[in-house]
Amino acid sequence: MRPEINRSRTGAMAAVAAAAGLLSAACGSSSTSTANTASAPGVTATTVTIGSTQPLTGPAAPGYSEIAPAAKAYFDYVNAKGGVNGRKIVYTYLDDGYNPTTTAAQTRKLVLQDNVFAIFGALGTPTHLAVVNYLNSEKVPDLFVASGCNCWNSVSQYPETFGWQPNYTIEGKILGQYIAKNFPGKTVGIFAQGPNDEFGTDGILGVTDELSGGVVNLLPTPQYYTPTSAGAMAVGGAIAKLQAAGAQVIVSFSVPLFTAVAEASAAGLNYHPTFVVSNVGSDPATLSSILTGGALGTKLPAALITGMITDSYLPPVTDTANPWIALFQTIAKQYAPTLPWDGNVGYGIAEAYTFVQALKAAGQNPTRASIVAAVQNSHWTDGPGLTPYAFSATNHNGFTGAEMVQIGADGTLTALSGGVQVTDDTTSGAITPYSGTASTPPTSGIPSD
Amino acid sequence: MHLFIIYTVLGLTNGMVYAAVALALVMIWRATRIINYSQGAMAMFTTYLALIVIRHGAPYWVGFIVALAAGMVIGSITERVLVRPVEGRPPLNAVILSLGVLIVLEAVAPMLFGGQTQSFPAPVSNIDIIAGTTALDISPFDLLTIGAVLVAMLLLFVLFQRTTLGLRMRAAAFNPEIARILGIRVGRMLTLGWGIAAILGSLAGVLVAPSIFLYPNNMDEVLVFGFTGAIIGGLDSPVGAVVGAVGVGLVLSYVSGYIGADLAPLGGFVILIAVLMIRPQGLFAFGRQRQI
Amino acid sequence: MSAMRRSTLLRHGLFFIATALVLLALTSYVFDAFTNYNVTEVAVFAIAAAGLTLLTGISGQVSLGHGALMMIGAYTTSVLLTHYPDAPLILMLVGSITTSALTGAIVGIAGARLRGPYLAGATLALAVALPQVPTHFAALFGGNQGLPVTDPSPPAFLGGNFSPEQWLAWITLAAGVLTFFVLANLVRSSLGQRFRMVRDNEVAARLSGVDVARTQVLAYIISAACAGLAGSLFAYWATITSPTGFTLNLSLSLLTAVVIGGLGSLSGAVIGSFILVYLPVWTSGFASSLNLSSNVANNVPLAIYGIVLIVAILVFPRGIAGGVGSIVRGAARMVHSSRHRRALSAPETPLH
Repeated sequence: MRPEINRSRTGAMAAVAAAAGLLSAACGSSSTSTANTASAPGVTATTVTIGSTQPLTGPAAPGYSEIAPAAKAYFDYVNAKGGVNGRKIVYTYLDDGYNPTTTAAQTRKLVLQDNVFAIFGALGTPTHLAVVNYLNSEKVPDLFVASGCNCWNSVSQYPETFGWQPNYTIEGKILGQYIAKNFPGKTVGIFAQGPNDEFGTDGILGVTDELSGGVVNLLPTPQYYTPTSAGAMAVGGAIAKLQAAGAQVIVSFSVPLFTAVAEASAAGLNYHPTFVVSNVGSDPATLSSILTGGALGTKLPAALITGMITDSYLPPVTDTANPWIALFQTIAKQYAPTLPWDGNVGYGIAEAYTFVQALKAAGQNPTRASIVAAVQNSHWTDGPGLTPYAFSATNHNGFTGAEMVQIGADGTLTALSGGVQVTDDTTSGAITPYSGTASTPPTSGIPSD
Repeated sequence: MHLFIIYTVLGLTNGMVYAAVALALVMIWRATRIINYSQGAMAMFTTYLALIVIRHGAPYWVGFIVALAAGMVIGSITERVLVRPVEGRPPLNAVILSLGVLIVLEAVAPMLFGGQTQSFPAPVSNIDIIAGTTALDISPFDLLTIGAVLVAMLLLFVLFQRTTLGLRMRAAAFNPEIARILGIRVGRMLTLGWGIAAILGSLAGVLVAPSIFLYPNNMDEVLVFGFTGAIIGGLDSPVGAVVGAVGVGLVLSYVSGYIGADLAPLGGFVILIAVLMIRPQGLFAFGRQRQI
Repeated sequence: MSAMRRSTLLRHGLFFIATALVLLALTSYVFDAFTNYNVTEVAVFAIAAAGLTLLTGISGQVSLGHGALMMIGAYTTSVLLTHYPDAPLILMLVGSITTSALTGAIVGIAGARLRGPYLAGATLALAVALPQVPTHFAALFGGNQGLPVTDPSPPAFLGGNFSPEQWLAWITLAAGVLTFFVLANLVRSSLGQRFRMVRDNEVAARLSGVDVARTQVLAYIISAACAGLAGSLFAYWATITSPTGFTLNLSLSLLTAVVIGGLGSLSGAVIGSFILVYLPVWTSGFASSLNLSSNVANNVPLAIYGIVLIVAILVFPRGIAGGVGSIVRGAARMVHSSRHRRALSAPETPLH
């Protein structure tokens, strides 16, 4: 099914040549007067090699292991249509088992041995922190880290590194604002990964920023979980504590598995607070596959996630009428038929789309400097996200906001009132409604020049 | 006070799951003087098998039986094919072998069953019972978990203390040479020991999956704390395994609740060291010293 | 006796100087940056594995928690570097060796009371519990995201183009050669003799006047010192020290390296570490290149690793060093059967 990338060099070359010919014939206006050159490490006349580290095995693998194959599906799609400027994208993703030590080793393999042009979509905060200094000192473009840690937006320290998803503080602020507006006077508790884990810490920072004014009764002590199976077995106690403190709303900075464990634990305690969950832990397809099937025995309906509130910075994957989602689903079906259709797959494809935008903007013969400059200067407004990217010479955050959505009984997401909100990750930064219109994908499915 | 009761019930129920793993480790230790580090992964694997059967429409209890039976088969085959050649070798060879089995099972499971987290059903509700208007802080499934492990312990006791088969198994484990002279088929007894152990492990797998869900690594820490419990109790004592594992469950729950979830493993470690400093062979150790 | 000691020392000295020269030549003229980086990792693991070999193979005490001792070394270096970024590297190494040796003394004193699986269980619980300390005390240890470490930059006289990978490889290999030289002599010394007596028969050792508990604690201290040195170099190699880098997996990998390589043999520690580092390097590319469903392709390298462990244990019950050793000895016996060379062959280490 998949186009041959590594198998047959000559076949691929012939295909590329043919495709390049077609391309130049089709769009004669583009700047194809000069020939393709091997303009940078990992770039040949016919290929661009990029790499990534991913948790393909180990405790973080369920769900997250789908992201890289999904991104590869999009690259395969682009390659089948002739690639970018006649170059096919060769995407090598290596397993790090979510262990920073392995990430360090695998990243050297990608940079020193596989000679990649850039690192794309490397996943995880603790894992990527292990290599961010190295990549920056080697001046390897480090595009679109798959983590919402605030740390990626640090232009002076990490000039090569760019985030992609809204960082956790931006998300926390938007969740907090929604709670302040819609649950005034209610008691609000926090359930988070941690303590001293960036995901929990940065998210709590944003949410307390919005809720500490006294509009709601914010419980001062967050309840934490440890992301292990023994940690899962202790979640019941943490939820019981929130119940005892009278929390009517629980803000949750949790990965999907622990969102599910928390919801199931609450139900087990005959406790039904409103869950407001970070986008990271709220993918409805993942949650319903975890929570249905009678995890709670016979007494509760399977649709435990009904009514859960979350935020979304991409069109919801369940909204098949959305042209982006329709496009992504078609690509996933054709190029990665064994993957389930869920938020992780949508994430991988959307992120790959952003990379192709960057590669196109980097010029016919891209260099490491030119792709970094392209990301900083292009100010694309035509991506799959609900907001534009924040990328500039002084800001390496990706999407700047999200809209609030609610999960329905069948797992579909419905937008809540308020529309798309944008903000930054500072405590003083105001949250404002986004006034731009949603973009639609180009008919080719590939970013236009 | 109310929270204390909740933590206690949670600790007790979790402790019973650890106890089933601890009993499995004790069974194998008694049979072959080996710690089976792949016990958790075997349980994960058999729980997946049960899930497949249940997803195909079979009643829960059929899946339950399938898990236990598959445990028996996997345990016996592992002993026969992989462990037998390393018996009598340095004990660390068996350790590395069981780590290899663990890794293979955790790699093969997502190939066969998919890489996503799955839910696993409970046969009865795991929502706390409400009597009148008071929540009892314990669910029918909690009661089932506690009861199932107690029954398993009782059956083991009957097997070893009241049946000839149990007597043969004990003889084969404690003195294979004499047992062989007495006409006991020692090899068969050891295989049986591994099989029974894996049944107990599978029990832990199906009992814990409804609350922590099912994915290839879901038993990793369950094994660690089951092992901790078995060590605290004394590796030769089934009663000790249950007492030690329930103790570990309670300590983890109290530390999580009162001090901090992240410090729970430290709590488990402190208890283990405290017990071993006073009783180096565990709480229910026999008098005589035993070398590796 | 003392003449023989001196000649052993001399023989070892010459062997290790030759090894050091070969490594110097390889890292300078043959290896590329990536190979140097991997060789550094092999050396880091080999230092820790050699310490574990002394503890488990020679003195008979199992440790499923050696990663925790490496963690002590790594955090010592990282915390020191946070406060004294310009302090010389040697001080960092010495600091890490000191803290981990002290920790080793405490673990050793507690562990001297424990045998077999009880010691295994206690050290395993340590490996699980200890990473929670830096996670919890974030102000000092950086929490879950850990502490960044700047890798040592090559001194100016080596020239501007000297790669940092090569410099770190030099440092680590020098530390490794020195460690192995010390350990190889220690194993042959009277202390090494006492370690083996304690391992083989505690009662007999006691009767011959060996203080068993003290000997065991000493083995733990030396082993922990090696782990601390390895941990410090590991921090430079990984350029970050975070709790997630020191999971139970690390401890189990070290033990695996020691057993697969050949329990009780220092060369086995090197072979085991080599396999540990290179197997993932060789297999990890499969995931994105195989035309398989991602659930299968993602897990192929892990499955290969597990199968290699099982097969290695079944085929080489004495480890690869032991297996190769007995093949070589067997061949030597066939060739020189008439000359009674058996007496000269290395004594087969009795395995408990």
